[in-house]
Amino acid sequence: MSNIVVTSEQPPVDAGQRPPAGLAAYARNYGARVRGGDMGALPALLGLVVLCVGFGIARPVFFSATNFANLFTQGAAVVAIAMGLVFVLLLGEIDLSAGFASGVCGAVLAVLLTEHHLPWYVAVLAALVTGVVIGTIIGLLVAKVGIPSFVVTLAGFLAFQGVLLLLVNNGTNISVTDPTIKAIDSDGQLPPAVSWVLLILTVVAFAAVRLTRRAGRIKRGLVAEPLSVIILRVGALAVIGGVAVYVLNLERSRNPAVVSLRGVPLVVLILAVIAVLWTFVLSRTAYGRHIYAVGGNREAARRAGINVDRIRISVFVIGSTMAAVGGIIAVSRANSVDPNTGGSNVLLYAVGAAVIGGTSLFGGKGRVIDAVLGGALMAVIENGMGLMGVSAGIKYAFTGAVLLLAAGVDALSRRRAAAAGLR
Amino acid sequence: MAATPLLEVRGINKSFGPVQVLRDVDFAIYPGEVTALVGDNGAGKSTLVKCIGGIHPIDSGEYYVEGQPVTVHSPRDAAQLGVEIVYQDLALCDNLDIVQNMFLGRERRNGLVLDEITMEQLATNTLASLSVRTVKSVRQLVASLSGGQRQTVAIAKAVLWNSRVVILDEPTAALGVAQTAQVLELVRRLADTGHAVVLISHNMNDVFAVSDRIAALYLGRMAAQVKATDVTHAQVVELITAGRSGDLGLAPTGAETVNGVQS
Repeated sequence: MSNIVVTSEQPPVDAGQRPPAGLAAYARNYGARVRGGDMGALPALLGLVVLCVGFGIARPVFFSATNFANLFTQGAAVVAIAMGLVFVLLLGEIDLSAGFASGVCGAVLAVLLTEHHLPWYVAVLAALVTGVVIGTIIGLLVAKVGIPSFVVTLAGFLAFQGVLLLLVNNGTNISVTDPTIKAIDSDGQLPPAVSWVLLILTVVAFAAVRLTRRAGRIKRGLVAEPLSVIILRVGALAVIGGVAVYVLNLERSRNPAVVSLRGVPLVVLILAVIAVLWTFVLSRTAYGRHIYAVGGNREAARRAGINVDRIRISVFVIGSTMAAVGGIIAVSRANSVDPNTGGSNVLLYAVGAAVIGGTSLFGGKGRVIDAVLGGALMAVIENGMGLMGVSAGIKYAFTGAVLLLAAGVDALSRRRAAAAGLR
Repeated sequence: MAATPLLEVRGINKSFGPVQVLRDVDFAIYPGEVTALVGDNGAGKSTLVKCIGGIHPIDSGEYYVEGQPVTVHSPRDAAQLGVEIVYQDLALCDNLDIVQNMFLGRERRNGLVLDEITMEQLATNTLASLSVRTVKSVRQLVASLSGGQRQTVAIAKAVLWNSRVVILDEPTAALGVAQTAQVLELVRRLADTGHAVVLISHNMNDVFAVSDRIAALYLGRMAAQVKATDVTHAQVVELITAGRSGDLGLAPTGAETVNGVQS
């Protein structure tokens, strides 16, 4: 009855002090946000540029088409796992079992393919379902039983390592020869023409989405993104995508007459589709909004009627399912499964990728693209250090230092943001 | 009391284990008025409010909305009846912006996708209708807001839902002078737009500044519910600290031992 009457005569809240809608003002706003500690993906981007230039100067082969393609295929599994971890980290939780969960899922895939001779799609489905089951169990233990995720997933880390050993019969190496699985991250390439068409479609779709949103907001009298910013964004996507597709379409084979090797690796397309899907879920759906809410203030989310337990369980399901995707990619790349699939540094690289990309360990802040950027940075370090021929010891120490730096940036930017009142 | 109360509870009893927190409490709230709910620490203000908001189930007593008996078992029931509570700790998500916070848990959607434009417009209009001019943009993160602005957002969130009863738990407790004035102004405007407002406060200046009625709880009992113009500052303080003031308030002795349930 006495609801607040919504009348159009009333001036909007920000009438008169509407932020000026020019490019310069936009840049100023961004500058203020960065100074205030909300750096987002900036450190990762800077790091990526610096490292690429550094490695490129030290080892010109770093910029070769072959090496460029290698970067993607090497980093793909870690990026997939990291995308899932972003969801877990958004709630301020951790999933230490993601690495070996990916190994277990990969082993399920390999066992079903080679020992039971099932078709590839059944095996892939089984691997993904394994991920869902693992995630559900972890989620239930964390949300319903109330065990800290650190402990649950630490137990999972140990247990899955054991399960993996059992699955591969205590250390034998199961090789996978299925052509479809191998295509995912070993020898699958998109035909050059298809890559160009997909890129153009992507850029057009991106521009269309941005312009429609802008038009809708202007029509309803809301502050909209300046046209120049949209053009910049679309242009950046077109240029970066264009350069990448061009380089990947160059001939990479040593002996093109015998076998031609050119085109965008299939795994790039797979990861891009997944990244767009999860970005959509996080930023455009109520479910995604609720994840941020639970990560930001669990009590507030609960009072708002959000089913907090369900959200907490679901992020572990997404985390483990993406670990399964990572496992499938890893199996495809190695053409085999062994007791160390998903082991050694995979988990730490994945957590590192998410954090270096700008996802906060404290919850409430992070994006899927962070995992991609951070994963790229990890891949560049791994690849570049490999080219430099440094010892494994130096490589690990350097990677650790970078991770520490990223976590430090996260913690310090939180302090600054608290001081500036940004976050 | 001429008009029918928008919301009324009668004979509310509530115990937590052996501790009886509310005894036979009657409380009525009227549309277009600010009712101050005062009482010392532990008098049962928060418990009463939580019973009204459906967070605590009541042991016995009646609950009426516009004279009709209703049952409230959960916060959702209360929200359905148009009762919104703004808690002292506000329960806002720092990492979300104003619009996102105001619609949290009740997002507008277009199919699967969030309808950001409609939500932003409604949020803007609600803030405008409350004459809120202190926030720069509704897309600001809540973390960047001052205490008074956060309180404003929490209140705006409560009125966004066609709520009829808005209960504010010490909205000015943590605020400075200027911000307190802002929030009190907002409280007054809420009542002027027809809401029934309950203001919990320890600050007598705030209470007398905006209230039409004052209800004083004393050790779990309603000492008095009176028009703000009929009492003085000192009388209210006496009601809070002693449960009575002259003719007002609880009977001098013996009454406290009576523990029957009014039906």
